[in-house]
Amino acid sequence: MTRSLFLGGVLSALVLLAALLSFIWTPYDHTALNIPAKLQAPNAEHWLGTDHFGRDILSMIMVGARTSIAVALVAVGIGMGLGVPLGLAAAAKRGSWLDEGIMRANDLVFAFPSLVIAILITAILGAGAINAIIAIGIFNIPVFARVTRGAALSLWQREFILAARVAGKGSARISAEHILPNVANLLIVQGTIQFSLGILAEAGLSYVGLGAQPPVPSWGRMLADAQTMVSLAPHMALVPGCAIILTVLGLNLMGDGLRDWLDPKLQGGRA
Amino acid sequence: MTLLDVTNLSLSIGAFPILRDVSLSVDPGEILAITGESGSGKSLTALTILRLLPNCTRLSGHLSLEGQDLLALSEEQMCDLRGRKIGMVFQEPMTALNPVQSIGDQVMETILLHSSATRTEAEAEARSLLDRVGLPAERFPLSRYPHELSGGQRQRVVIAMAIAMRPALLIADEPTTALDVTTQAQILDLLRDLVRDYGMGMIIITHDLAVVADMADHIVVMRKGEVVETGSTKQLLATRRHPYTQKLFAASNHQADLPPPVTTDPQSVPLLEVRNAVRDYPLPRKRLFAPAEHMRAVDHVSFALHRGERLGLVGESGCGKSTLTRAILGLEPLQGGEILLDGSPLSGKGLTAEQRRKMQVVFQDPFGSFNPRHKVARLITEPFHGVSDAPTGQERDNRVAEALIAVGLNPEDADRYIHQFSGGQRQRIAIARALITRPELILFDEAVSALDVSVRAQILDLLAELCSAYGLSYLFISHDLHVVRSMTDRCLVMQKGQIVEHGQTKDLFSTPQHPYTKSLIAAAPVLPDLATGAA
Repeated sequence: MTRSLFLGGVLSALVLLAALLSFIWTPYDHTALNIPAKLQAPNAEHWLGTDHFGRDILSMIMVGARTSIAVALVAVGIGMGLGVPLGLAAAAKRGSWLDEGIMRANDLVFAFPSLVIAILITAILGAGAINAIIAIGIFNIPVFARVTRGAALSLWQREFILAARVAGKGSARISAEHILPNVANLLIVQGTIQFSLGILAEAGLSYVGLGAQPPVPSWGRMLADAQTMVSLAPHMALVPGCAIILTVLGLNLMGDGLRDWLDPKLQGGRA
Repeated sequence: MTLLDVTNLSLSIGAFPILRDVSLSVDPGEILAITGESGSGKSLTALTILRLLPNCTRLSGHLSLEGQDLLALSEEQMCDLRGRKIGMVFQEPMTALNPVQSIGDQVMETILLHSSATRTEAEAEARSLLDRVGLPAERFPLSRYPHELSGGQRQRVVIAMAIAMRPALLIADEPTTALDVTTQAQILDLLRDLVRDYGMGMIIITHDLAVVADMADHIVVMRKGEVVETGSTKQLLATRRHPYTQKLFAASNHQADLPPPVTTDPQSVPLLEVRNAVRDYPLPRKRLFAPAEHMRAVDHVSFALHRGERLGLVGESGCGKSTLTRAILGLEPLQGGEILLDGSPLSGKGLTAEQRRKMQVVFQDPFGSFNPRHKVARLITEPFHGVSDAPTGQERDNRVAEALIAVGLNPEDADRYIHQFSGGQRQRIAIARALITRPELILFDEAVSALDVSVRAQILDLLAELCSAYGLSYLFISHDLHVVRSMTDRCLVMQKGQIVEHGQTKDLFSTPQHPYTKSLIAAAPVLPDLATGAA
């Protein structure tokens, strides 16, 4: 267990705990307006202060974590669910029209700046958490397809795959039985990284008003709300900003750590 | 004065002792061979002399080159020494060269690094070095890239780099293991000439005792990080005092005790018949829409293998023997001709379940031929896939146990993972996987080439036993003439996709007819005849 895995794991676990805890308890109702208590700096009653409507920021951060995690998780799920089978299929039929088709379609998606297209998609389909998920998810597909194909291609050259072919197993069966378990490590690591990118993307979409809609709190929109108040109440921007930074940092550290931990080559042993 | 003196050298990495009290010495103009099986510490001895060791290592003992204590030098001084005083030739010429630099640049790098030569002078020097190692200017200008050269030519470039500064000591770590026999003979000749011309000392590390006997003035035999025997080649070959040395030589010269060949009726339906098989690979198009050109890997090959027969197929890398094997296994389509298994043709869509049950295969790499995430029981029952009467439940467990016992393992091993086994044990498991469907024909594709000599001898014995017990028929594909000679009744020689000679193994090796067969047999290094007990 490396230090980065530990640190990343702790940070990610804290965010997850906060999100889960928000289902049963938050210090205040995150939608309750309390104008007299607006723009309070962090104090004993409101640990992280209040916003311009007097809402408790800690409560909003906790419920916002829920939104971020849900959006990123489903987006990674879409990416993995579609990207991994596409990558496996492309590797199994290496050099065929199927392979070419899948990989060129990937290139096409990669060719567009993801956030701009996500904005386009949500602008067309309408703003909302579901559409944000779809937009972010689409850009996860080629990432997983490429990672899977690359790793699977080298596995297809191995003799145990040859042995399975000699046993008469078809390429779909070999992909599921032999290739997938051997690329799982890589996918877990990539999933962690994509998860953090998903959280960033969700915050970005919410910031421009295309993510989760009020009253569902979201870190990105909290930042947007804080923009006009920065000189008056800097904590309104700092708190969600730090939440995003720490979550992304934690997930990236965890991804790095997982890669070192799961990769037997970096441990200097074959086992 | 001795050139290199190593006395009581011990090395440990972390808590593990790697080398214990290794002592050896090399004189100028002398060739010292370090030999031993994998894990004996022979390569680490070489890396220790160069002080190219991983972190967390502890070294003790004495190590000096031309009277200079190498252990007392700083890393900076060692850098200056490496390449200038000590040259190194690595095993794998495919990876020892930088693929994006021309060969001229790579040879010049050493010269520019260690001398004050200008670029023009270095270029001239690199040119003369490449001429010296047998890469003449008209065919091999300095601007060539490694991918344009064959394995043997690359190894020549690596040698040119190693001798660029006329080092006092040249270390060659398995310099010919990755090469074909005919190329190996040329490279060994080159090394021997260089040592004589430059008066260098050379340490050659190899597991191949025939190469050792052929090349070395002195021999050091290592096992588990210790020197077990050392002496001049002549004396060591004659006496072989240490039991391990005896075992090593016996294993290298091992003759498995094959049961006598079964006489077959030539009129009967052959178990395997290949008729005029042709396999073409399309080459990449030179222009868009230009018709694709083809490379013919297997060119009108025909042969038959009868029940109970043990057929060999020899040839150098790239001769098409692997392609032919894959075609027989139904993994590659043929462009012409046909392959019949027990009289029924293989369709273009791969083998039927029944055909697969009759024919199994054992691959070369004991480390790569198993899925690391499955247990042994699941691995060796894979050939049952799609077989209609595949055993289940208790019957399946019995078959697994039977196969494991047949290859000399325990039935309990079925619940272990593959990384818990050594290379030799893995190859036994590979054979168990091939035996489990009770096939009539097994293909051995370089099945013992990756194994140490003593393990190889055991596996060959196992095959001989299985031959007696099960009346196996097999096709034994190998580049190793010695093994093919001892394991087969009849033999095919393949060159450039064609069968150039075939006949009884005995006759083929004693009186080869085709010039290619003759050159193969002549190039293969042989152990001198060691009459046991003779002085």
